[in-house]
Amino acid sequence: MTDSAPPNTLEARAHPGGWQGFAADWSSDQRAFKSATWGKAMIWIFLLSDTFIFSCFLLSYMTVRMSTTAPWPNPSEVFALTIAGRKIPLILIAIMTFILISSSGTMAMAVNFGYRRDRVKCAVLMLATAAFGASFVGMQAFEWTKLIMEGVRPWGNPWGAAQFGSCFFLITGFHGTHVTIGVIFLLIIARKVWRGDFDSGRRGFFTSRKGRYEIVETMGLYWHFVDLVWVFIFALFYLW
Amino acid sequence: MAQERAHEDGQQHPIKLYLVVWGWLFVLSTCSYLVDYFGLEGYLRWSLILLFMVVKAGLIVAIFMHMAWERLALMYAILVPPGAVLLFVAIMAFESDYTHFTRVTFFGMGNASAQNQTVEYQKSSGSER
Repeated sequence: MTDSAPPNTLEARAHPGGWQGFAADWSSDQRAFKSATWGKAMIWIFLLSDTFIFSCFLLSYMTVRMSTTAPWPNPSEVFALTIAGRKIPLILIAIMTFILISSSGTMAMAVNFGYRRDRVKCAVLMLATAAFGASFVGMQAFEWTKLIMEGVRPWGNPWGAAQFGSCFFLITGFHGTHVTIGVIFLLIIARKVWRGDFDSGRRGFFTSRKGRYEIVETMGLYWHFVDLVWVFIFALFYLW
Repeated sequence: MAQERAHEDGQQHPIKLYLVVWGWLFVLSTCSYLVDYFGLEGYLRWSLILLFMVVKAGLIVAIFMHMAWERLALMYAILVPPGAVLLFVAIMAFESDYTHFTRVTFFGMGNASAQNQTVEYQKSSGSER
């Protein structure tokens, strides 16, 4: 190929200009991500956009916390529980953290067994993940109830800066919503794996297309992301 | 076609790897909880919290989410854009610092003098009308 190639070469014809070229470029068989299928690339891009959403929440939390002149309620005391007559700081949040990490562990193994075509182990591990996730949401509901009973509102609380409530409900509420959606999809996909949909080539009820075991990994990526977000919430909101 | 096949089979790693990472995540979470339990304060607290947070996040992304075995094209596409968030953090840190400064100056100037100024301002603007 030389620099002074005339325009009417094979090259030029293969890459037409204008609208035709625009459509051809976007529809042609070009792949940027050689190691990832479209499904994996798209879930990663979705997770990237979700990262920005949670980043904005945590950023606005940082901004109001840094700029308020009222004292910030001490999370260590706010989230303490009295167990057997002893006040243990932040214990519920710690338990929730361990539960979510465990669910990530079972999910990682479910993905592995999915690719080994071990239907039963894969489905059982996914159900275990869903159970961990559901108990996490349950504890969060308990925590919300406790705080609301103590008088925490998005516009104020008994201990200090009013912004504490709005940050708490926004951030943990959005995260809890993600966990809930994850649990629902875990149950749907675990059922499909259990039934052997991805071996028999049974078509999905929504897409009418044959599924593949790759969906377990896609599900796993979403679930690990939920765990990942919790790592940041735990450190920045509860421990800071 | 061979490549498609490879995707179908996905990535195979020994289960032990996941169990080890799981264990480490437990240890790191316990450590960050202990930071709060023992009530460490100041820079020591912040640096420990951030350190444990980053290591945990790294383990999850690299091992559980298999990013360590992806090609650079995907790694950069996903991991570089969040870097912009750090710039955003820096901007908002300056901004909230300034907001805090103005609040302290106005609210804390000794309420009396702040109020006096307001009253004087109202008087002067009233007399002009």
